[in-house]
Amino acid sequence: MAALEDILQRHRVWRGGASFSRAAAVPSGFAVLDGELPGGGWPTGGLTEILGLQQGIGELRLLLPALAALTTAGRRVVWLAPPHLPYAPALAAGGVDLARLAVVRAPGRRDSLWAAEQALRSGACHALLAWFRNARYAELRRLALAAEGSCALVALFRPREAARESSPACLRIALEPAQGELALRILKRRGASPAAAALRVPLKNPLHALGRSASPLPALRDARARRSLGLPVHA
Amino acid sequence: MLLEVEGSLRLFGGLERLFERLREGLGAMELTAQLAVAPVARAALWRARGHGARLEEVPLAALSLEPEVFEFLKSIGLSKVGGLIALPRDGLARRCGQALLDDLDRALGTVPEAREYFTPPPRFAAKLELPAEVSRAEGLLFAARRLLVQLEGLLAARHAGVRAFTLTLLQSKASTVVEVRLASPAREAQRLGQLLREKLATLSLSCPVEAIRLEAGDFSPLHARTAGMFGDALAEDESWGRLAERLQARLGPDAVYGLATHPDHRPEYSWRRVEPGEWDPREFRHPGPRPLWLLQAPRPMREDDLQLLAGPERIECGWWDGDEARRDYFIVRFADSSLGWVYREAGAWFLHGLFA
Repeated sequence: MAALEDILQRHRVWRGGASFSRAAAVPSGFAVLDGELPGGGWPTGGLTEILGLQQGIGELRLLLPALAALTTAGRRVVWLAPPHLPYAPALAAGGVDLARLAVVRAPGRRDSLWAAEQALRSGACHALLAWFRNARYAELRRLALAAEGSCALVALFRPREAARESSPACLRIALEPAQGELALRILKRRGASPAAAALRVPLKNPLHALGRSASPLPALRDARARRSLGLPVHA
Repeated sequence: MLLEVEGSLRLFGGLERLFERLREGLGAMELTAQLAVAPVARAALWRARGHGARLEEVPLAALSLEPEVFEFLKSIGLSKVGGLIALPRDGLARRCGQALLDDLDRALGTVPEAREYFTPPPRFAAKLELPAEVSRAEGLLFAARRLLVQLEGLLAARHAGVRAFTLTLLQSKASTVVEVRLASPAREAQRLGQLLREKLATLSLSCPVEAIRLEAGDFSPLHARTAGMFGDALAEDESWGRLAERLQARLGPDAVYGLATHPDHRPEYSWRRVEPGEWDPREFRHPGPRPLWLLQAPRPMREDDLQLLAGPERIECGWWDGDEARRDYFIVRFADSSLGWVYREAGAWFLHGLFA
C-alpha cells in the first residue's frame, strides 16, 4: 500500500477524473490558477511547458510570485538560455532574491539540453526556467526523467506550435493576451483532464504601479498606432 | 623512499594492512615498487634494494659502493652483507675506509642515523609519455587520471586542494594547454577528472598527442570534511558550486553569472553581471515600473507603431562619464497586445524592454 501511495505521489501514474493526486507543487501565487493545478501549484519533479506566440504578454510575471517565494526561502533558481536580458531591477522589485538566481548561457541546442540535465541532476537547483528553440520528444523525455529525480519546478518556454507535438510534460499551458490580462489555457495536466475554459490570471500590471488605467494616453495619433511591430516570437 | 611507520601501525591496522594500502596506491599510479621493512632506515633501504632479502643476504652490488671498494670485496670472495659483518672491523676500516663501516653500523642500528623529514613540494608537475599516440579526448582522459591520482596524493599530504590546474597536451609540433578552474578547492582525482572530461570534450585536436603534462600550483588549505554539522544547506551549496564549475568547464567561464542591481538611473547601467550570490539587497532602490526583459540593445522603431499607455518618465543622467542619456520612457501596447518599454531620445523612438 505504501508503495502504491509512493508511486501515485511521484505522479508517474495518470489518474483520470477530477480527483487530483497529492503531487508536490510550488504555489503559483494566483488562487485561480492554483485551484486548477494538481497539487495546488506549479508541479515539481516534472516538466511544465509554457507555450506562447508572443513575448511581453506576462509570461514571466506569471512565474514571478513562485520565483520570489522560492528564492526568499533560500532556493536556487536557474535561467537557462533566456532570449533577452533578465532585468535585475524588475526582478528585485518583484520580490526575487537575486543572490539565489543564476543565468546560464548555452549557445546551441545540445549544450542547453546538457546544461538543463546537469542542473536538474545536481540537486542544487529548485527551479529551472529554460528556453529551447526546438527540442525533440526523446530529448524532452530525457529531461523529464532528470526532472523526476529532482524536486525542481521546471518551466520550458516553447513556441505555440509545439502544442501540436506530443510531450512528456506533466503540465502544458498556452498563453494568450486578453484585454490587459493574461488568458491561460490548460492543455494537459497530469492527474486531471484538460481544463475546458480559459483562465483569466490577474497579473500585476505595470500600469497599476502608476495608478493608471489601461486606456491609452489622450494626445496620441491612435489612427496609426495599431500597426504590428513584428516583435520577436518565442523563437 | 623511506617511511617511518612504527608510530602509524595502529592507525593503519598493522604492517600487512599498511603494505596492502601502499601496493594499492602504487598500483593506481602504475608504479612498480619493492617494499621492505627493517628496524632502522638504512637496513630497510638495503633490503628493498636487495629485493626484500634478509639483511645478511643482501648482495653487495645493491649497496652502491665505491667501485674500487666493491672490486676489492669481490676479489676477497665477499658477495653479501653478511660476509661484510663477519669481517674484523679495524681491518675493514683500513682497507675500505671509515665511510663503509659507518654505513654498516647505521644498517645494524648500532649508530643512529639522522635524516631530514621530507616536505612535499608546494606545487605539482608531472609528465606522462603516452604508450601510443592518442587523438581522441577519451584516451587522454584515461592517461590524465593517472596523473590526477598522483596530484591527489600530494595534495592529501599537504592537507591542501587546488582551485585550478592545467593539462598540457604535447603534440609533435605544437602543444595545447587545457586549463581547468574550480569553484572551490578540491583534491579528489574523480572530481578533477570529471571537470577535465568536460574541457576535453570541447576540444578538437589537430594532431595526435604524444605526451601530457599536468601542472598545479597555488595550493589552498583543505581539511577533510566532517559531514552533518550544518546539514543540507551546506551540502546544497557544495553541489551548487560543483554544478557551476561543471557548466563553466564546458560552456566557458562567462557562461554562468548572477544578477545584481546597481545604483544608476540609466536602465542599461542599473544592473550588473556578478558572481552568482553577490547581491546586496540593501543597495536596491525601488525604481518606477520596469520590464522583466531588457533588450540587449535598444531597437529603433517608428513612432506610428506605438500606442502609449503611460509616461513619460524622464531619465537624464550620465553626463559625467560620456555616455549621457536624456530619454523619456513610455509604456506602450503593441498591436499583438504585448507591452513594451520604449523611449524617445532626440526625436527618435527605441524599444528597450518587454513587460514579459
